[in-house]
Amino acid sequence: MAAPSADLRIEGVSKRFGEVLALDGVALDITSGELLTILGPSGSGKTTLLKVVAGFEKADSGSVRIDGAEVTALPPARRDIGMVFQNYALFPHLTVAGNVAFPLEMRNIGRAEIDRRVSEALALVELAGYDRRLPKQLSGGQQQRVALARAIVFKPRLLLLDEPFGALDRKLRETMQLEVRRLQRRLGLTTIFITHDQEEALVLSDRIAVMNKGTIQQVAGTTEIYERPANDFVADFVGESNIFHGTMTAPGVVNLEGGRRLSVNSTTQPGARVGVLMRPERFGGGTNSFAGEVKEAVYLGASFKLRLACDDGLELIVRQSARGALPIPGTRVSVGIDPESIHVF
Amino acid sequence: MSRRALILACTLIYSFLMLPLLVVFPISLSSAPYMQFPPPGWSWQWYERFVDDPQWIDATWRSLYIGVATAAFALALGVPLSFSLVRARFWGRVVVDRLALAPIIVPTIILSVGVYGLFAKLKLIGAWYGLVVVHTMLALPFVVLVMTAGLRDFDQALEQAAEGLGASRTRTLWRITLPLLRPSLVSAGLLAFISSFDELVVALFLAGPNMTLPKKMFDNILMEIDPTIAAVSVMQILLVAIVLVLIGRFGRGLSGSAR
Amino acid sequence: MSSSGWAKAWPALPALVLLFAFFLYPLLRMLSFSVETGNLDWYAKALGEGLYLQVFWNTFQIALIVTGVCLLLGYPLGFLIATTTPGWATLGFIFVLLPLWTSVLVRTYAWMVLLGRNGVFNRLLLDAGIVSDPLPLLHNFTGVLIGMVHVLLPYMVLPVYGAVRRVDPAIVAAAAGLGASNVRIFWRIYLPLTLNGIFAGSVIVFVLSLGFFITPALLGGGRVMMIAVLIEQEVRQTLNWPFAAALSAVLLAFTFAVYALAQRFTRVEAQP
Repeated sequence: MAAPSADLRIEGVSKRFGEVLALDGVALDITSGELLTILGPSGSGKTTLLKVVAGFEKADSGSVRIDGAEVTALPPARRDIGMVFQNYALFPHLTVAGNVAFPLEMRNIGRAEIDRRVSEALALVELAGYDRRLPKQLSGGQQQRVALARAIVFKPRLLLLDEPFGALDRKLRETMQLEVRRLQRRLGLTTIFITHDQEEALVLSDRIAVMNKGTIQQVAGTTEIYERPANDFVADFVGESNIFHGTMTAPGVVNLEGGRRLSVNSTTQPGARVGVLMRPERFGGGTNSFAGEVKEAVYLGASFKLRLACDDGLELIVRQSARGALPIPGTRVSVGIDPESIHVF
Repeated sequence: MSRRALILACTLIYSFLMLPLLVVFPISLSSAPYMQFPPPGWSWQWYERFVDDPQWIDATWRSLYIGVATAAFALALGVPLSFSLVRARFWGRVVVDRLALAPIIVPTIILSVGVYGLFAKLKLIGAWYGLVVVHTMLALPFVVLVMTAGLRDFDQALEQAAEGLGASRTRTLWRITLPLLRPSLVSAGLLAFISSFDELVVALFLAGPNMTLPKKMFDNILMEIDPTIAAVSVMQILLVAIVLVLIGRFGRGLSGSAR
Repeated sequence: MSSSGWAKAWPALPALVLLFAFFLYPLLRMLSFSVETGNLDWYAKALGEGLYLQVFWNTFQIALIVTGVCLLLGYPLGFLIATTTPGWATLGFIFVLLPLWTSVLVRTYAWMVLLGRNGVFNRLLLDAGIVSDPLPLLHNFTGVLIGMVHVLLPYMVLPVYGAVRRVDPAIVAAAAGLGASNVRIFWRIYLPLTLNGIFAGSVIVFVLSLGFFITPALLGGGRVMMIAVLIEQEVRQTLNWPFAAALSAVLLAFTFAVYALAQRFTRVEAQP
């Protein structure tokens, strides 16, 4: 069941709802067979973008091309895109098999072929034997799989998943994430995945596009997004972070607002205004040292999370592997960080 | 315990509500030639009289097909109207909404008099389809209330899903939307039918010499209270009960249908 | 929701055409008869002559009393159905909806059987020796009141039911947990939170009462004159169309005024 996979090019797409500019000149390229996650908080425009791609919303301007062919004006029915909705949108009056057969029937495929492909798709999502059940007789995870089977059974050129795991509990969500990843690799299906959960994005994606306020903030591979975010928003939204601002005073030296000087590994020109990101788990020993008092300490199983009020006036979130006793507030500690572990943007 | 007092009070109120419906049963089976209670003996004579009287049978048939035609037209007009009211955003939507519900707010007597004047001029008095037109208007609010409630609860993502999966607008409507709205459609249709089948005031003005069942009953009550009317009442009550069962079984829940 | 306004509005068109042609037009046409003479003489007669003013006043009084009685009987019923188990609630609904959808004519006839001089009640009372002469229950105000309350009671029960159902059970549980008795819970929580339903039901019952025809015509026996009965007489017996039109216009104006007033206070939905 190797699907013919397409690439997708989104150019200059804008969409306004009354006063709100939901999409502001969005451009995005997705290559064939790639799983790209659009990550952003609610209201960032990610769902609107998905709807524009699927054809449920008309963009005010810009174009969407699938395999180079303009689809901007096509109705959803003629775009050949498989989509999994937030609440699955399974047809409650049709059986599991009826749901999965639906897109094939709409394409006027012969009964025998439909039956063959439906059972193939159900086997693929490990729901063989459930074909006569109604959606309401299935668990959330099973409904999710039916939705997935229905979205891929007609060999779409593109698969869109709109926060599909939001309603599942944590354990099931993790299982489904891996399953989607496995299925997507196996089918080589170009996929766009929408989520507001940064962990989910890191687990699933080849690349992540971070969105905020209708614009794309950064598109990059998962490590790149985490290690080298392009701006405050990305740094703050993906993972825990200590973000400060300052000026490059000399090559490899940043003067933070408030006077603290950090040595960093950066080629940014002296005089430039920069942001500085230090991930909490990167503290340990290092040339940049901070001494201060523990304000708050939380035990997280594998690690301690400390909030430090440093003597130089900075406030830091620091993670330490959980060894020994949890420091009580008021304890004095000192931590350090290497220049290589500090990201300058 | 105050709960017990409440239940006692409600039992009394229910007796008040049900008593008139129950009392016609023994009367309809009475052997007395006039209204007498308690009945001196039992017989089927009033039902036989109903069946043997072509006027009664005629009136019953007329009411039945007027009711069916009313339900069909009320659905045909009211369902699209409800779609517009729920899904479209257009100038004057609120006015249309009010207008669609107005026939149950405007006293029926006023509407009847108005239509009577117009139909007299158009020579439509006594035409059964004239009655269908007016009954359709009176049934429209019921259809709109039930259907708009059904449509508001309808998850439009299902339609998007169908379209995304390759269904045209038309196929989505027939394969997804209408099947899922079937309970509302059943309720709306049955309520429209009953509202026409029971309707008297308009029929009083427009039916002319062609009696509908309620008009025949009305005339009968005014002339002579003979227990045939009790037999007819029993049959009407049973019909309503059947319709309510149908709504409960295939329609949009009892409470839903009531609003 | 839609972004394409008029495109989705067209399905409303056929129904609108019907409503304009056979609802609005005949109404306005009829109402126009009342000012055919070019003056307001017919209105002066409707609102000036004591006889007719009395009919309006009667109608208003009856509507008010019917509304009050319906509220008194309908609230406990709606409350019980809303707070009982689902099984009982279904049964409770059936026994409200069955009368609601039974022909008004059937019910009116049944009340004639029950209340007449030789009716069921009088027979029972006479046989039991409680009264020596039959009580006058029919063809008077009492008969009309009983008949109208019976017809309109369900219209009160349903909104009250809806309002009680909307009361968050957590609030009630919290109050009970804080030691409030059932009676206090009712007065302090349910009643204030269901005022909307009471109001909606009352407006509907009141407005429907104003235009009532069948019940007063049959149970009033010509002795209880309500405005709808008067209009019918003017059209069918006196053939005085302009006057019937003026009476209709006044009744209509009053009906709409009540609705408009009600809507200012809360959003009342017309619930059949």
